[in-house]
Amino acid sequence: MTDAALKMDAAPAPDAAAPLLAVDNIEVVYNDVILVLRGLSLKVPKGQIVALLGSNGAGKSTTLKAISGLLKSEDGEVTRGQITFEGEAIKGIEPDRIVRRGIFQVMEGRRIISDMTALENLRLGAFTRRDNGVKDDIDRVYHYFPRLKERTGLAGYLSGGEQQMLAIGRAIMARPKLILMDEPSMGLSPLLVKEVFAIIKQLNKDLGVTILLVEQNARVALSVADTGYIMEQGKIVLDGTAEQLQSNEDVKEFYLGQGGGEERKSFKNLKSFKRRKRWL
Amino acid sequence: MTSSLLLQLIINGLIIGTLYGVVGMCFVLIYKASQVVNFAQGEFLLIGAWTCWYLMTAWQIPFIWGFLFSIAFMMLFGLALQMLVLRPLIGEPIISVIMVTIGLSIFFQALMKWMFGTFAQPFPPIFPVAKVEILGLQVQSAYLMSTGVSLAIMAGFAWFFKYSRVGLAMRATAFSQQVAQSLGISVRQMFALSWGISAAVSAVAGVVVGIVNGVSSALSYFGIKVFPAVILGGLDSIFGAVVGGLIIGVLENVAHYFDSQFLHWGNLYEIVPFYALIVILMIKPYGLFGTRDIERV
Repeated sequence: MTDAALKMDAAPAPDAAAPLLAVDNIEVVYNDVILVLRGLSLKVPKGQIVALLGSNGAGKSTTLKAISGLLKSEDGEVTRGQITFEGEAIKGIEPDRIVRRGIFQVMEGRRIISDMTALENLRLGAFTRRDNGVKDDIDRVYHYFPRLKERTGLAGYLSGGEQQMLAIGRAIMARPKLILMDEPSMGLSPLLVKEVFAIIKQLNKDLGVTILLVEQNARVALSVADTGYIMEQGKIVLDGTAEQLQSNEDVKEFYLGQGGGEERKSFKNLKSFKRRKRWL
Repeated sequence: MTSSLLLQLIINGLIIGTLYGVVGMCFVLIYKASQVVNFAQGEFLLIGAWTCWYLMTAWQIPFIWGFLFSIAFMMLFGLALQMLVLRPLIGEPIISVIMVTIGLSIFFQALMKWMFGTFAQPFPPIFPVAKVEILGLQVQSAYLMSTGVSLAIMAGFAWFFKYSRVGLAMRATAFSQQVAQSLGISVRQMFALSWGISAAVSAVAGVVVGIVNGVSSALSYFGIKVFPAVILGGLDSIFGAVVGGLIIGVLENVAHYFDSQFLHWGNLYEIVPFYALIVILMIKPYGLFGTRDIERV
């Protein structure tokens, strides 16, 4: 018994370390008819930042909502496949229970509660917690986002960047094991995008929280991520470490805006466009 | 003489107004949390008052225990009503839900008449003196108690929604159910809780009014009177419900004064809140404190 345990410690086989979150071949249907995800699988290893990239309508947000259970309130349903978190199936569980298990979603467009103060928003982030550490965590959030401390008015009057910081702060308050982050760069100036992503990386390091990051801005997402997935049409089409993806020619061209020279851009050579534009 | 009558009526108006305010808050609580316009609000007062009356007369329980038991009973009643009747209706068109609350109102009114008869029943005497004199004005002891209780309830509501964890969660639910869920709040629990609190607090108002006027199905008329108050204050503002309640309370008593002194129409007291309702809907349909969305400029 002890021998076996020691062995496990000494040389963990790469497959034996189960990922924190595993999404296995899920299919999502909205309103019983609209098929959005068609057999999507991904793995989020503990402690990593995983980027999920793709164009508009690829199904990135739907993937996050399928994991967090918020799909239900939008008439969506996971019709096939399985979602496992810490080895337990979480598909179909009520969203509030999923939060209690340690998955917290920072929704697209911030979704802070505009008729409350920033502090009240932060306290609500800790709704599921019963311990006494809430006060300390509010200070921790102020440490990361000193600007929020000065804002005592209604959160609805905060600037876009401050609202994004508040939304992330709310996630910190919940002390989750996994944060699902949906487009943190939306509507922010390039400078703020840099700042927000630096903080995301910092949080991942300091708190050891795992992050699944959905982004349109592939360049900045891959700069902080450990691994990445690229999805199109409700499926994963490419995956790899951040470095692999950054150096992939297709990714460079379609998602990072670094064309591979005149030859590839020429209309004579449409082959590489076909894969992306096949639905046209 | 007449000016002291006017003063007396204004005091009465404020006292009744705080009660309207309390019931209005209960109404707004349900509306804000679960987007249901509850036409059975008046029946909460009625059932609460009958419960307390029954405990005191049939079982000879002292008032304070009967009162507390009624509040607890109505809390459970509200929770059960939401879970059994209204929860299955989530997602149905709003008009269906409204029709159900109207149905509930009729059902409970008939049930109470069937159980306790149609005549008003007086509460057993509770206070050693029926009336006390304050600054030369006669004030019923029950009214004094009602004002004290109402103010305590209002302070309690203010604290609850500003500082308590559950109160904040209810506000979050009112803001957006999806956002509330993403924070780990069970929207179903919040819905049920809003009905429970609303029914329990309404029962307090019902008992107080019952002590003054006797318990009869006329109590449920309170639920209708509350409409002008909450519309005036803004349908989604708890603070507005209090202000609206006070204004409507004073307004009807002042109307009573003018009616009895000069006009002699005879029913202005009953009617004037509804005139006010129509005027408000025409000139300020979202009320005094009803919120429109915050726009960042």
